[in-house]
Amino acid sequence: MTRHLLVLLPFIALITLATEPPPPAPFDTMMEVLTHKRCMNCHPSGDKPRQGEDSHLHNFNVQRGPANHGVVAVQCGSCHQSENNSYSGVPGAPHWALAPKTMAWEGLSRAEIARMMLDPEKNGGKSLEEIVTHMTEDELVLWAFEPGVDGEGQPREKPPVSEADFKAAVIAWAEAGAVIPDK
Amino acid sequence: MPTNFNLNGQQATTEADPNSPLLWVIRDELGLKGTKFGCGKAACGACTLHVDGKAVRSCSYPVKFIEGKEVTTIEGLGTPDNLHPVQQAWKEEIVPQCGYCQPGFMMATAAMLKEIPEPTDEDIDNNIVNVCRCGTYYRMRKAIHRASQLSK
Ligand code: FES
Ligand code: FES
Repeated sequence: MTRHLLVLLPFIALITLATEPPPPAPFDTMMEVLTHKRCMNCHPSGDKPRQGEDSHLHNFNVQRGPANHGVVAVQCGSCHQSENNSYSGVPGAPHWALAPKTMAWEGLSRAEIARMMLDPEKNGGKSLEEIVTHMTEDELVLWAFEPGVDGEGQPREKPPVSEADFKAAVIAWAEAGAVIPDK
Repeated sequence: MPTNFNLNGQQATTEADPNSPLLWVIRDELGLKGTKFGCGKAACGACTLHVDGKAVRSCSYPVKFIEGKEVTTIEGLGTPDNLHPVQQAWKEEIVPQCGYCQPGFMMATAAMLKEIPEPTDEDIDNNIVNVCRCGTYYRMRKAIHRASQLSK
């Protein structure tokens, strides 16, 4: 019996290999992160940020304001500093702000987000190389992987992809020509 | 390591843990009790003061970030003989009920008036988002318009 099983093992392994789904394309890995609430909450299409695991509109009537930093007496920096605050549960990272309206991702498909991201008219005049640097080095972007705790001391949900896998996916996607799938 | 800053025009220093909320230092260490603790989660605005002229919620501001900056609390906004227009207007309109939230509202209002000297009701709604459990919002709105006139 054992001998029969041993003979079968290589076949079983082959069948398993054949039926395992291929690894996700770098584009999909990258988009798993960009469409996660840790990123989307501050890329709204309207003039108010969203917050929390349910992406509700930011409490206290917080607004985009003229320069994406809030209105004069309620600026992002009134509460958000350059690092997470585990005492108050307020998240923070350098240059905390809303993404500009030209980078409003809410409601867009993955392909639409990627096209917007690569459009220098919308992305602040950035080249592909600069976009890669922004996504793999900017401290506010990478905050998504260290989002700290909320007001109840509960850890915020992180994107489903690790920071290392995200960076590798962004680089691999760009090096392969930054191709955007049709849908 | 001490943290040095300017508090209401005077040099101030603290040996507090760098991550202590600025509010703790101001109230418990430096003894200025005008700035209030409400929620500790940057949600109510009772702890609002100015850092380099901007409204900041001091319960969510680690003291390590205050090095070299200027802090103004309600005690430094005006003096008894020379009230800030916001304080004068608050007095004229008899705004406070229990009073607990009022320093935070006055500091937020003073920060707004610096940038928007003649706020509309909409400006007030957008900028003054603190919480008053006594519901003095109606009188505050009148006082904010009055403070704007007094500032001219
Ligand atoms: S005590 Fe700081 S906002 Fe409530
Ligand atoms: S006057 Fe009582 S909380 Fe505002």
